[in-house]
Amino acid sequence: MNYDHDRRAVLPEYQHEHRSLIAKLRGRPHITNIMYLPALCFFLVFVVYPFAEGIRISFTNWNGFSQSYRYVGGDNFIRLISDGNLMQALRNTLIYGFGSTIFQQIFGLAYALLLNSHFRGRTLARTLIYLPVLIAPVIMGYMWYFMFQYSHGALNDLTAAFGMVPKDWLATGDRAVVIIVLVNTLQFCGISMVIYLAGLQTIPVTYYEAAQIDGASTRSQFLNITIPMLRPSIITSMTLNLIGGLKLFDAIKALTNGGPGYASHSVSTLIDYTYFRNQSAGYSAAMGILLFLLIMAVSLIFQWVSSRKEIDL
Amino acid sequence: MMIQRRSYPWIKSVVAVLIGVIHFIPLYITITVALKPKTDMSSRWFLPTSVDIGNFLYAIEKAKIFNAMKNSVVITLFSVVIIIAVGAMAAYPIARNRSRINTLVQFFILAVMMVPPLSMLVPLVTIMARIGGISTYWGIISVLVTFQLPISIFLYSNFIRTIPRELDEAALIDACSPFAIFYRIILPLLKPVTATVIILTGVNIWNDFQFSLFLLQAQQSRVVTLAVSTFFAQSSSNFGAAAAAALIAVLPISLMFLFLQRYFIQGMVDSAVKG
Repeated sequence: MNYDHDRRAVLPEYQHEHRSLIAKLRGRPHITNIMYLPALCFFLVFVVYPFAEGIRISFTNWNGFSQSYRYVGGDNFIRLISDGNLMQALRNTLIYGFGSTIFQQIFGLAYALLLNSHFRGRTLARTLIYLPVLIAPVIMGYMWYFMFQYSHGALNDLTAAFGMVPKDWLATGDRAVVIIVLVNTLQFCGISMVIYLAGLQTIPVTYYEAAQIDGASTRSQFLNITIPMLRPSIITSMTLNLIGGLKLFDAIKALTNGGPGYASHSVSTLIDYTYFRNQSAGYSAAMGILLFLLIMAVSLIFQWVSSRKEIDL
Repeated sequence: MMIQRRSYPWIKSVVAVLIGVIHFIPLYITITVALKPKTDMSSRWFLPTSVDIGNFLYAIEKAKIFNAMKNSVVITLFSVVIIIAVGAMAAYPIARNRSRINTLVQFFILAVMMVPPLSMLVPLVTIMARIGGISTYWGIISVLVTFQLPISIFLYSNFIRTIPRELDEAALIDACSPFAIFYRIILPLLKPVTATVIILTGVNIWNDFQFSLFLLQAQQSRVVTLAVSTFFAQSSSNFGAAAAAALIAVLPISLMFLFLQRYFIQGMVDSAVKG
């Protein structure tokens, strides 16, 4: 190491050796950096290259299988703006994202508060609430389909017992969207629950004891101790749910496949549909870029907002 | 707490178990559907009077669920092994070497974590078709590895940061090369976080549908999620068999969860909270 030369004169031999070794470890030429090259290769080949290729395809009118195609400039992107089906899908994607996020926080926090003490049945409840998290979302979607199906559906049997007329639950667009949000919420609120349970355990009991001595009501304890102390958990859980919800694909495929018509498509399922059914790969690639930008933008804004609020406190 | 002492604990028990049961309804309904023969028209809320495994036999034969299971096992095992090796290796310099480039690399890896798979649909399928990776093990494994690597690198590098640097330095003084430090000192310490990585990425890969749907087109190469979904699409009149296929597909992970519950939940919390 060249920059150690001047020290060589004043330091005893062993100390010099020591220092130069430490310098080797901490110093500039990070030889161990080559250890992340395999990972970067994966990202380069299967993320960066496809991304660039996606941009190229989005400027063509390629149908996805033929040899010939033309470059059509920004036509696909202009088409994005005027596409009613896409606008519907965008609206749905935001509902899936924010809707599931809100419901999952409510369910997750309520369950965590309920299960945050020792009583009989607690473990059983936690197991049953968390189990769906580990089931493939697409299979979970099919399981819920047995509930919402028109003929012989379990929900219709239930409502019939109360004298109601059977309904085709998934046949109305907006109702289908709400059902998908609920299905996604019920499957994944277990994640929020365990994050909140972990968060609740970090709040010192003394805070509540002090508040009780000061005569604070349960409600004010919740608002003034629990919620502020849970802030990091809330942000973590919301970020996870938001990104998951905006990416939603499997449950929609299983429950409605985007239908009726285009009413319950998310941008993800619409990309699939445009590519394979409508055979417009170029346009589908343009939607892909839109989806990518949407998720990046939403998560960056969310992170900015959540970090800003922390300073306000 | 005072409030808890005053309330009746059995109310909590009843409410909690009731909520748990509500979450179990879709699985329960699937079980009753799977256990009933086609001719049994009783409500799905009721268990059958006699157990009928005909649907399971049909699902095993027609949906080739065991072949799909084999594919899922092979793909999950290989992917997880690669994710652990490549992820742990990549995490070491990222955690230990501070430089502008490494901050950039880290930021890039975090960004990959957010990329929605479907935004890559067209180019990924096109490229895979071009290099002959459609319906092959190596094709789907490389893509799944790529998209699960960020979480593995992230968990490993967070964990390595908690290992005191003095350990590295002591080894260095004992004439360990920087690479030997990783293999001899760091790697043996990574066991607990490796359990988390295996559970999280293993579940994600076993449950994958978005990539498998597009990259595994040949019937022979189908994984369990695909086998179940094709079965559902084809057998709209035979829901019993479809339900049976779904149950077989979710059984391995559900059983694992019941036995290793603590690790599953701890892994989830660690990955989320330490982020």
